[in-house]
Amino acid sequence: MTFFEFIKTGRPMIVAEELTKYYGLKPAVQDVSFRVNRGEIVGFLGPNGAGKTTILRTLTCYMPPTSGKILIDELDTRTQSLEVRKRIGFLPENVPLYHDLSVNRFLVFACSVKGFKGRKLEDEINRVVGVCGLSEHRSRLIRHLSKGLKQRVGLAQALLNDPPILILDEPTIGLDPAQIIEIRELIKNLGGERTVLLSSHILPEVSQVCQRVIIINQGRIIAEDTPTSLTKQIQKQKGLQTSVYVEGPTDDVKRKLSSIQGVLNVGVSEKKGEFIVESISDENIRPMIARAIVESNWRLREMRSIDLSLEEVFIHLITEENKDIEL
Amino acid sequence: MRQIIAMFKKELSITFSSPIFYAAAFIFLVVSGYFFYTNTAYFSVLCFQAGTNPLLSEKLNLSDMVIEPFFGDLSVILLLMLPLITMRMYAEEKKVGTIELLFTYPISDVAVLTGKFCATMLVLVTMLAGTIPYMIILEVFGNLEWGMIISGYLGIILLGGSFITLGIFTSSLTENQIVAAVLSFGALLLFWMFGWTKAISGPALGRVLEYISIIKHLDPFTRGLIDTRAIVFYVLFMLFWLFLTLRFLNSRYWRS
Repeated sequence: MTFFEFIKTGRPMIVAEELTKYYGLKPAVQDVSFRVNRGEIVGFLGPNGAGKTTILRTLTCYMPPTSGKILIDELDTRTQSLEVRKRIGFLPENVPLYHDLSVNRFLVFACSVKGFKGRKLEDEINRVVGVCGLSEHRSRLIRHLSKGLKQRVGLAQALLNDPPILILDEPTIGLDPAQIIEIRELIKNLGGERTVLLSSHILPEVSQVCQRVIIINQGRIIAEDTPTSLTKQIQKQKGLQTSVYVEGPTDDVKRKLSSIQGVLNVGVSEKKGEFIVESISDENIRPMIARAIVESNWRLREMRSIDLSLEEVFIHLITEENKDIEL
Repeated sequence: MRQIIAMFKKELSITFSSPIFYAAAFIFLVVSGYFFYTNTAYFSVLCFQAGTNPLLSEKLNLSDMVIEPFFGDLSVILLLMLPLITMRMYAEEKKVGTIELLFTYPISDVAVLTGKFCATMLVLVTMLAGTIPYMIILEVFGNLEWGMIISGYLGIILLGGSFITLGIFTSSLTENQIVAAVLSFGALLLFWMFGWTKAISGPALGRVLEYISIIKHLDPFTRGLIDTRAIVFYVLFMLFWLFLTLRFLNSRYWRS
């Protein structure tokens, strides 16, 4: 990373330190600490009720944490709430909107509250309406819009004032598949200079959109990394699976593959000629498999490692965490 | 200031697109029109009788017999109607979830509250403006004291403002609009009736109860007097409930 890149991306835009939030006597979030740098798109991943919305609400000054500290662009959310709010565009869960207002009237209100007036207000509304594809719907009452369009209006209000930080709570919940793809593309395009923090329990969404993932369960962070690194880490714990297509006698192939050092188990797939080799590590295992097959004069048709999906990583982590809590 | 105006305009847009406002305004005008008609009709009957009774004719006065009771009637109608207007102020924002937008936009709670209060005051003034034609009709057929009418409207606006602030406070307590309206109406009724218990309370307590009776301070205005003490009472009453609303909204910071 060059010095310029460090200056550009190195400063954390969101810092949460030992964040704890209680609802009554029940802890919703406990000792959560994380950082999000400028320009990053980070996903909060967790099952329903894990504490994602609570964390996002404390970040956006909707409510203060019970303890801990939050810095947004180096400003404290407790003491500099209004300044913090100027830097954040927030799309709350379920997209609350004023249904009796037209799209334009609502955006004029939101834009005025964010400090615009006159010509600049008009230009800013035109900009977000263009970005969110709402030009044809400006005069329609919000109550008459489809769910996807309402979501776009929610995004449009969050984008007003071009905030350096975007916080989106479940931005694609309740949308149909086509609308989900549209909103994901929109979010991807919003990245770049902007810091985006989004919560979701839809795993493909996070793996497609986010550069980094924070997995949260029962109010605590249980993993934090890029989707690829997380997959690798879990693969190391669970072991590697390699799919090998070989033309040769099934029992002999199975026996030969099982005899390779590091191989834990060899399974025969339902697909003709496919063997699933489970090994402790991916180091040198594929060359060793290839050598063993060639030395036995069988034909190797295909060999590839089976990567864990983020979904499998997520389920593994959540299951392990729940086991630990039960113990 | 810009944010207060934005909030004010947003509230007006929503109120004037709400069927509740039109229903409340319609009933307000129908009932106030009925009261005005009965007051005027009774006055005209007395005028006919006065033709044969010179003693009675000396006591007949349009201001005392039509205008003053009319403002009293207006206060009763507003007691019933304004809780319906104020009930949605915060309760609806909580129910729909738009309170989350308001609390995360760069706008202070004071600006939000001021915008809401000013917009509701304008709604009250709009409703009251619908009764001005009644006065113009009287002016055509009689001789009105416009000073008394202006002071009467000022009193009604101050009384209505007091109703509004208490209504906004109850609306901030709950996300259920019906509960907000019932709480508001019940509390206003209590403040209305405090003065009635003067006779059965001790002298000191009776005086206190009479002073905090919200309707008693309207009397000087309907008689054509602009009483500073009454103005101070209503302004303090409004500030008190606005302050409590702010404290309750702020409680989200310390309740956690």
